[in-house]
Amino acid sequence: MNKQRLRAKIIKYFLQSCGSLSIVIVLLIFLFLFKEALPFIGSPGLQELFHSVWNPVSFQKEEFGIYPLITGSILVTVLATVIAIPFGIVGAVYISEVASPKEREFLKPFIEILAGIPSVVLGFFGLVVIAPLIKQMFDLGTGLTALTGAVLLAFMAIPTIMSISEDAIKSVPAAYKEASLALGASKLETIWKVVVPAALSGIVASVMLGMGRVVGETMTVMMVTGNAPIISMNPFTSVRTMTATIAAEMGEVTIGSDHYMALFWVGLVLMLMTFILNMISYRVLKRYGIHE
Amino acid sequence: MAETENKSKVHVDKMDFYYGAVQALFNINMDIAEKKVTAFIGPSGCGKSTFLRTLNRMNDIIDGTRLEGKVMIDNSDIYSPMTDVVGLRKKIGMIFQKSNPFPKSIYDNIAYGPRIHGVKDKNKLMEIVESCLIKSALWDEVKDRLDTSAMGLSGGQQQRLCIARALAINPEIVLMDEPASALDPKSTLKIEDLINELKKDYTIIIVTHNMQQAGRVSDYTAFFYEGHLIEFGATGQIFTKPNQKQTEDYITGRFG
Repeated sequence: MNKQRLRAKIIKYFLQSCGSLSIVIVLLIFLFLFKEALPFIGSPGLQELFHSVWNPVSFQKEEFGIYPLITGSILVTVLATVIAIPFGIVGAVYISEVASPKEREFLKPFIEILAGIPSVVLGFFGLVVIAPLIKQMFDLGTGLTALTGAVLLAFMAIPTIMSISEDAIKSVPAAYKEASLALGASKLETIWKVVVPAALSGIVASVMLGMGRVVGETMTVMMVTGNAPIISMNPFTSVRTMTATIAAEMGEVTIGSDHYMALFWVGLVLMLMTFILNMISYRVLKRYGIHE
Repeated sequence: MAETENKSKVHVDKMDFYYGAVQALFNINMDIAEKKVTAFIGPSGCGKSTFLRTLNRMNDIIDGTRLEGKVMIDNSDIYSPMTDVVGLRKKIGMIFQKSNPFPKSIYDNIAYGPRIHGVKDKNKLMEIVESCLIKSALWDEVKDRLDTSAMGLSGGQQQRLCIARALAINPEIVLMDEPASALDPKSTLKIEDLINELKKDYTIIIVTHNMQQAGRVSDYTAFFYEGHLIEFGATGQIFTKPNQKQTEDYITGRFG
């Protein structure tokens, strides 16, 4: 009897520790990032981060202004979201409301496949196909622009937006649709004026999650956005995102140098941004009883 | 067959209805009188709701359904390929068993129908909202909170809102599918009073489980059993001296 109870207890603690592992890992990562970044506050001082030039390797003056990296990330993310939203939402509407069961069975695996393409492969595709296309289409000097990155990131956000929006749309009660149709609304009017508004919270959350994915994406943007740390809101210029900066520079930096610590601050800011996006989408989803 | 002395609004001729391979209605013939209340009664699964939903082609949205025979409304065959289903449904309001207001404001719920049918003028919309709420006896309870969500209303209020919403498209026929089955007795009574009020202007067809309700509100009653229309006639006659044994057995509570 006692032995059994002990066993149950051990198993319980084992399961509990497995369950809490993700919390521990998140906390550890945060602590570690913070620990590495901390000395920067004393020298050269936090104010060094808040200006507009990122030039960490220089014989004259090293500069660690993260504004260009933040604007780079924001520009690419916003563009990607703007591109992904219509495709994601219209796709979700089509799959859940219009497509026949057969079409649905055919389409859904492809969305999963799109979600599963390794980002380096997507970056390669961007480099070879999308970048030249954009260069030609808009008559630019280089195809490695924020827009190129955004198009590819949209490919990554679309599956997220589509599958979660589809769940949200599917959970709209059939009674709303019936009521609308009985009032003489067409199928299209019913979808846009009743079904989509009723699913809006889930759709918003799907967009936030898609954005979270896009903000954190590294390999693709590093390959196709040109990596110029310029403050610009023009989609046809090269930009450099926070993620690409860390990935590109971390390998060559002297450990413990100002540059090294500055990169950790970039990482912290990035983590904060994705954390906020995830929090918002989680809240929205929870409030309306939709879960991933 | 079942005839009424009043002007006929709906004429159903030799109608069979199928869900896939399963036949749900058999050879239904019926004339439904204009501006009267006609009640459909019968045990669960007898086809009365299915029949109601054939009248505004709501069964169309279920895959694999099929209808044979004729359903005429104002002498035009609503199942002819020429029929504009949206136009047909605009002529027919429908109230469902479970109240189903949209998750929108009270005002927007009622304005939804007129808006999709092209009414844009704000004053006109407000006029429609007010008159429909008055007709559905809900105006006094909600006039100060038209912009609040309809989901905050009680069950009985929600059902009357759904009635107001159906009236807002200015229908000629109102179909009610057990409109009071989910309501408490007091709300039920309100809905019944409302039906008596509405029959001056509308042709009302109501499916009900509750025989007392059929007796109280309807002018004509049709008894369905296992997909067949067993008996149809004036409510008084059906309830006091039915011609068919099955009708009598059902009404006296021997089955169902």
